[in-house]
Amino acid sequence: MLEQLEELKLNALKELGAITGIKELGLWRVCYLGKKSELTRILRGLAALPVEERKLSGAQANRVKADLEATLSQKEQALREAQLVVAAEKGRMDVTLPGRPFPVGHLHPITQTIYEVCDIFASLGFQVVEGPEVEWDYYNFEALNIPEEHPARDTMSTSWVDFKTGDGRRPMLLRTHTTSLTARVVESRQPPIRVVEPGKVYRYEASDATHTPMFHQIDGFAVDRGITMADLKGVLYEFARRFFGEERKVRFRCDYFPFVEPGVEMAIECLVCGGSGCRLCGNTGWIEILGAGMTHPKVLQRGGIDPEVYTSFAFGMGIDRLPMLRYGIDDIRLFYSNDTRFLSQF
Amino acid sequence: MKVSLNWLKEYVNVSLSPSDLAHRLTMAGSEVKGTQVIGDKWEGITVGQITAINPHPNADRLRLVTLDLGTEQPTVVCGAPNLRLGDRVAFASVGAQLIDGHSGQVFRLKSAKIRGVVSSGMACSERELGISDSHEGILILPAEAPVGIPLADYLGDVIFDLDVTPNRPDCLSVVGIAREVAALTGQRVHLSEASYEESAVPVDQQISIEIAAPELCPRYSASLITGVTVAESPGWLQQRLLKYGMRPINNIVDVTNYVMLEYGQPLHAFDYQQIKGKKIIVRRAAGGETITTLDGVERLLSEDMLVIADEEGAVAVAGVMGGACSEVTDETASILLEAANFSPASIHHTGNTLRLPSEARMRFERGIRPELALPALKRATQLIVELAGGKADKGLADIYPGRLDHKPILLSTDKLKKVLGVEFSLDQIVAALTALGFDCRTEASTLEVWVTAPYWRSDIHQDVDLIEEVARITGYDKIPATLLGQPLPRQNPEPILSLKQKVRHCLIGYGFQEVITYSLTSLEMLNRLLPESRPLEPPPLRMANPMTAEQEYLRPSLRANLLATLSSNRKHEAVGVRLFELGKVYLPQPNDLPEEPEILCGLLSGSRQERSWHGGDSAFDFYDAKGVIEGLLDKLGVEVNFEKGSDASLHPSKQVAITIAGNRLGTIGELHPKVVAAFDIADAVCLFEINLSQLLPFTAAHKMFQPVPRFPAVERDIALVVDDDVTHYRVQSIIRGFPLVAGVTIFDVYSGKQVPTGKKSLAYRITFQPLTHTLTDDEVDKIQQQILDKLSQELGATLRRQAP
Repeated sequence: MLEQLEELKLNALKELGAITGIKELGLWRVCYLGKKSELTRILRGLAALPVEERKLSGAQANRVKADLEATLSQKEQALREAQLVVAAEKGRMDVTLPGRPFPVGHLHPITQTIYEVCDIFASLGFQVVEGPEVEWDYYNFEALNIPEEHPARDTMSTSWVDFKTGDGRRPMLLRTHTTSLTARVVESRQPPIRVVEPGKVYRYEASDATHTPMFHQIDGFAVDRGITMADLKGVLYEFARRFFGEERKVRFRCDYFPFVEPGVEMAIECLVCGGSGCRLCGNTGWIEILGAGMTHPKVLQRGGIDPEVYTSFAFGMGIDRLPMLRYGIDDIRLFYSNDTRFLSQF
Repeated sequence: MKVSLNWLKEYVNVSLSPSDLAHRLTMAGSEVKGTQVIGDKWEGITVGQITAINPHPNADRLRLVTLDLGTEQPTVVCGAPNLRLGDRVAFASVGAQLIDGHSGQVFRLKSAKIRGVVSSGMACSERELGISDSHEGILILPAEAPVGIPLADYLGDVIFDLDVTPNRPDCLSVVGIAREVAALTGQRVHLSEASYEESAVPVDQQISIEIAAPELCPRYSASLITGVTVAESPGWLQQRLLKYGMRPINNIVDVTNYVMLEYGQPLHAFDYQQIKGKKIIVRRAAGGETITTLDGVERLLSEDMLVIADEEGAVAVAGVMGGACSEVTDETASILLEAANFSPASIHHTGNTLRLPSEARMRFERGIRPELALPALKRATQLIVELAGGKADKGLADIYPGRLDHKPILLSTDKLKKVLGVEFSLDQIVAALTALGFDCRTEASTLEVWVTAPYWRSDIHQDVDLIEEVARITGYDKIPATLLGQPLPRQNPEPILSLKQKVRHCLIGYGFQEVITYSLTSLEMLNRLLPESRPLEPPPLRMANPMTAEQEYLRPSLRANLLATLSSNRKHEAVGVRLFELGKVYLPQPNDLPEEPEILCGLLSGSRQERSWHGGDSAFDFYDAKGVIEGLLDKLGVEVNFEKGSDASLHPSKQVAITIAGNRLGTIGELHPKVVAAFDIADAVCLFEINLSQLLPFTAAHKMFQPVPRFPAVERDIALVVDDDVTHYRVQSIIRGFPLVAGVTIFDVYSGKQVPTGKKSLAYRITFQPLTHTLTDDEVDKIQQQILDKLSQELGATLRRQAP
């Protein structure tokens, strides 16, 4: 019996040694350690043996079983490791081939700019509001100190909607500036107010490299006790610093807009020539970015805010010009011709 | 407004360099857009007088000209046609830098032999000097030009091109700019009152003036000069007008233009003999009245226009243009000189209606002060007497119904600080305002001052106007930059803004390119959206003054311009295009502004994947568009229904309406082939469109978190055979109605040989999710059988096969 066991063990180990694949290990296990294997049969037959022999053979049989199992486990581990090495070796490929394309979308550069500008002002406590693009003459002009026949109207050629009132007036228009929303805000909100008003505006103008009949603006408006022109300067300088960079010089000069007094124009040092004068800045070294000022007392009064109690500033700037300056875009029409070869660059 | 530095220097000392002066003016409100330096390159060019003209020995067209330059008398060859003995000209010596009259190139003058005669120097044309484009002959200088001095000393100048803001008509004059310069540089303006000899005849006896429309004419004043000789103006006057781009006409008209440029007050000269009845009536035009204006055009006037008339009819359109009948001609002997003031609105209206822009009109429109009339009238009368001879009648005719009392304005140091955020002493305030000609009375107070604006300023109405004056004269750079110190106002963000932002970001995540198209479109474009031609209902809003036919209507939908964008992009995009626009449409409302809902519209066309070595060249279809909307709405947490659509622009059977609680929010579909063809697109186009304004209220629903299941889910696959017209939606709805069903996913749709004709097979994976215990097979089997029974009863569905 003992010799039989020894022979069985030798055969089993010999066969195991010859195995090269993990699948064959399973067959080997069935053959030598399975329910119908010789070893199992011997182990089951032990009960029929006399006590002495049973002890001896039993111990031996169990030892053989344990040996085989241990060796199998070692062998399996060795084979699995070898397999991993092979797997790592195999499957070489050209990693320079492009990956599977995932489509990439882009926001329109104007949208991106509006979000960026709004974020800057939001961080200064300004809330973003939007309003109607088709507007009454009153909010676009009258309420902003621009009565009919005012010369400022000539500078904002207006697209009028074909709508007449009973008395023959034509009071509906496409807003020429987002300041029309300021006229609404002043009427509908109570101080303290801090808002920015981005959106589309329209002019009755033929298209060329610097004009389109539709473009974008953002207006800003703050009302509270104790707001000063120094605050206006601080807020706008902060905007310029964040949008155009720390080192970009900024200029604040006197200008006129009917709805502010004192009036301001803010310019930045030319991005192309850095102030020495070039075609972009008309040889002045400066590029006008926005108009601003302390809100005219009449505008506040008309909206029901007492200018003796509250002071206020307002500003307005063109949006389209900002990405044009930043990216060196020389034709505003590119924004609205929507060629994806242009748009996908941003 | 152009301003000559030389002219400016007649009224104010200028010590700043031209560029510093330009900077100061710009910062203080009158932007200098350009500075033209005349004569900075005129080294070696002097004023010479022609002393002899002799024929050239070898050429008929050339002359030998001898010039007196004071120190030397060179003889040069000259081919100019306008040589005249005694004339003063600009002479360039060898080495001078000139501009070639033909090529426009800059060159240095060299000694040259012309047809055998050596010529060292030349007489120059305006073009050669860089003054203008004139090259027909040499420049003839005024007779008073001093012989021998450098031309730059005589003719050199700096011309500033100023952008004068509409509130400052006083700055549309040399004197006005001189006042600004004086205030900014601490100088005084020298301006003496005009004086001239008068005859004994009082002007009132020669002309009577009546203002019949005082609401449109606050003041009308006039002088009468008799015995004038109408002739060419002297050279200096012509030169000045030319620098301002005005054509010299004669000494009378030139004086009116000159004084307008000098003082900012438009003037008009009438031939006194042509004024019938010796009477000027300022009145509204009669309906149907006509006048032939100076430009020879007969113009129809209306009752809202103001005219200057005599007893017989209109002799001028007030403030806009004179009439031909009363024009000053060479025969004119007596001049009735008008300096008046007209209502800005009336002038604007009349000028616009007649489409007549003019320098005079621009000044009136901006509201010059009536007080300006007399100083300018006197000045012009003086100049006419000087230049055209004659004598002025005694006194001035002056009717002034619009005299206004200008009350002083109180300005306090407190108010100034409140607005500017920086403290100014009363002395500083008074100094700044006084420099500008304001009258300041402090009445022993150290905190406030009563201020009266000078007569030329029409833009000062309240204290903030004075504050701006102080700030701009002191310099805006003196104002500090502070950030708002007040507590933050309460924020009430508009929910539509964050919805729009989420939608945009979601779509770019799906690979869409955002576009922004014009809000205006044409009827033709909108009609392309309709396969069958019929009127648009409701009609879109039309513009009263469309710039072009392409921009005549406000868009009632984003589709037309978006499809045009797709069409133009498909021409160069080899792969598929995914575009979206998020913007307003404009829906007319009776007697009100249009409704402006925010619409999302997206288009997909072409191949779904980029062509790559990974393969894949399938085209976008309806289900791509639907997938986008399903994904988007899932992200927004909105559950919608899809119902049968009836959008005329879409393929009749490949479309679905998006609804929620009975509201139709949008559409998904493939565009009607006729519409696709109308936009010149080769492939099928899929569209989705959602009204975000309507969607908004449904996105606000408060969401509660769902616990992550603790017990394993069980999945079962079933394949059903149903009639062709049974929709997935109905099957899914039934399955979803059963307890424990957490998900229903359709993974196969088949019709063909394997199923009977008129039937189709739908394969579903149903996910059962227990909440309280682990499900047994029996439990699942039971529910599944119930599901199958109900599907069979309601939809006639049979089980095709059940996956193991």
